[in-house]
Amino acid sequence: MTALLDIAGLTRRFGGLVAVNGVSFSVARGEVVGLLGPNGSGKTTVLNMISGSLKPSGGDIRLNGERVSGWPAHRIARKGIARTFQLVRILPSLSVAENIVTALAFRRAPLWGADADAAARDLLAKVGLGGRGDEAAENLTYIDQKRMELARALAADPQLLLLDEWLAGLNPTELRVGIDLIASLRDSGITIVLVEHVMEAVRALCGRCIVMTAGSKIADGATADVLRDPEVIRAYLGTGHA
Amino acid sequence: MKRIATAAGLITLVAALASAPFFLDAYGLGLMMGLAGYVTLATAWALFSGPTGYVSLATVAFVGIGAYCVAALSEVLPYPLVLLIAAGIGLAVALVVGLSTLRLSGVYFVIFTFGLAELIRQLVTFYEINVTGTLGRYIFLGITPEQIYWQLLALGIVTMLLRWWIGRSRIGLALKVIGDDEVVASHVGIDIARTKLALFAISATIMTLVGAIQAPRWTYVEPAIVFNPTVSFLTLIMALLGGATRLWGPLLGAVPLFLLFEWLSANFPNHYSILLGLLFILIVFALPKGVLSFIEQMWGKAHRTDDSGARS
Ligand SMILES: Nc1ncnc2c1ncn2[C@@H]1O[C@H](COP(=O)(O)OP(=O)(O)OP(=O)(O)O)[C@@H](O)[C@H]1O
Ligand SMILES: [Mg+2]
Repeated sequence: MTALLDIAGLTRRFGGLVAVNGVSFSVARGEVVGLLGPNGSGKTTVLNMISGSLKPSGGDIRLNGERVSGWPAHRIARKGIARTFQLVRILPSLSVAENIVTALAFRRAPLWGADADAAARDLLAKVGLGGRGDEAAENLTYIDQKRMELARALAADPQLLLLDEWLAGLNPTELRVGIDLIASLRDSGITIVLVEHVMEAVRALCGRCIVMTAGSKIADGATADVLRDPEVIRAYLGTGHA
Repeated sequence: MKRIATAAGLITLVAALASAPFFLDAYGLGLMMGLAGYVTLATAWALFSGPTGYVSLATVAFVGIGAYCVAALSEVLPYPLVLLIAAGIGLAVALVVGLSTLRLSGVYFVIFTFGLAELIRQLVTFYEINVTGTLGRYIFLGITPEQIYWQLLALGIVTMLLRWWIGRSRIGLALKVIGDDEVVASHVGIDIARTKLALFAISATIMTLVGAIQAPRWTYVEPAIVFNPTVSFLTLIMALLGGATRLWGPLLGAVPLFLLFEWLSANFPNHYSILLGLLFILIVFALPKGVLSFIEQMWGKAHRTDDSGARS
């Protein structure tokens, strides 16, 4: 059986800087994989290439065996990859519900009109924003904007969900709620790749972890093993995150 | 209740406009024709440029293509077919131009569209001189001014309805998302290039039809007349004056400006261009977002003063 996501030799250069250097890994359907590494190690750049916001300088990305690397983002989105952004991206001129409808209206099996409104309401309830669809998106608090962004990603009905530090900036109570929310997504069978600095969340959510430093992959395995790996501790956990 | 009233009002308005030829003399009908033409052009211009923010000076390129199709084909083909062919050619040119230019941003797009109109004018001139052997063409069609007016009116109404419908459709939502954040737009599955191209093509096809419908009025056409860049500038300034992002904006800009231009060109034929330029500058400086926004702001201010007055 082919993996849902298969990445081989993925590379991205910015001028002289090699931000991602020959990274290979695969993700099976239903897996929740953590992508870890110190600041600037290339995690967001990997997600950007998977979602199509950046074109790889080299290497391959396959979804269900189909090569999607280099495709424009809207085509990749329609294939079933959805994401949230490290710096939350809302659509400020739209209402909360309309923010969700955008993803419903342009996905592969689109919803529009009353169907879309009802689906948006359900998704908002799922992320804890029930009944708040008519509010202006720009008036939401930071955590609620993050929730809305997650609901928008889920609205695409993705095969693969990419979360870029979705739990960053939450207080301990919010973090607990956030972890439970992602755990419920995992239990519903969705495949997730999440970039995360919060170790509590990584331990609670990820069966497997991949660690990068300076653009290269240095570890890939069961979370407990990876977090015990001396090289990982030296490269990552040693530098102020321990 | 309110919707029924609006619908009734609009139907009355359309009926009144449609019956205008029965009450007007030749001069009045000429004015109404010009008005209908420019309202349609400005609305079609805003259809693309309003939501995308691309400033196009290609209006007259398409108007001219439409007029030349009629001039060249109306002796050999039936009129409805000529209109259809004109629309098809306008659409084809728009698709080619759109595919090659919608990647350009800002001022480059403006310059390109301006150059496009000139290029097409030079090509037509070259063709007429070297192949046909004459520069001008006569259009002899048994189409009355009334019929031209009614066609323009119908096209104008269709254009308004189209804009209204787009505002409520998925394309309309796509445009809002693109306006807010192009990264999010592409990540929810919106094909940004195709959306812009579709709007540009629709807008250009309507402009081509305006030229084709108006052509019989001129009787004699030559490239310098039908590809006159002033048309592009007038359309632009009308849409901007009213507000290109509003449904009724282009109409509210086109009506007063068209009448003003008519008056200026009748009374100050020698200084017409200078006055036009001055007016252009004035509008862009004084009302950058258009009259409708301006009125809304004033209205908002007045209301706020009312409120504070009521409280004190
Ligand atoms: N668009 C870009 N242009 C130039 N350099 C970039 C660009 N995006 C990322 N980089 C560089 O690539 C490297 C990797 O960045 P990236 O954002 O992928 O790191 P990260 O692992 O997500 O870090 P963080 O944990 O801080 O989010 C950094 O040195 C960064 O400065
Ligand atoms: Mg990052």
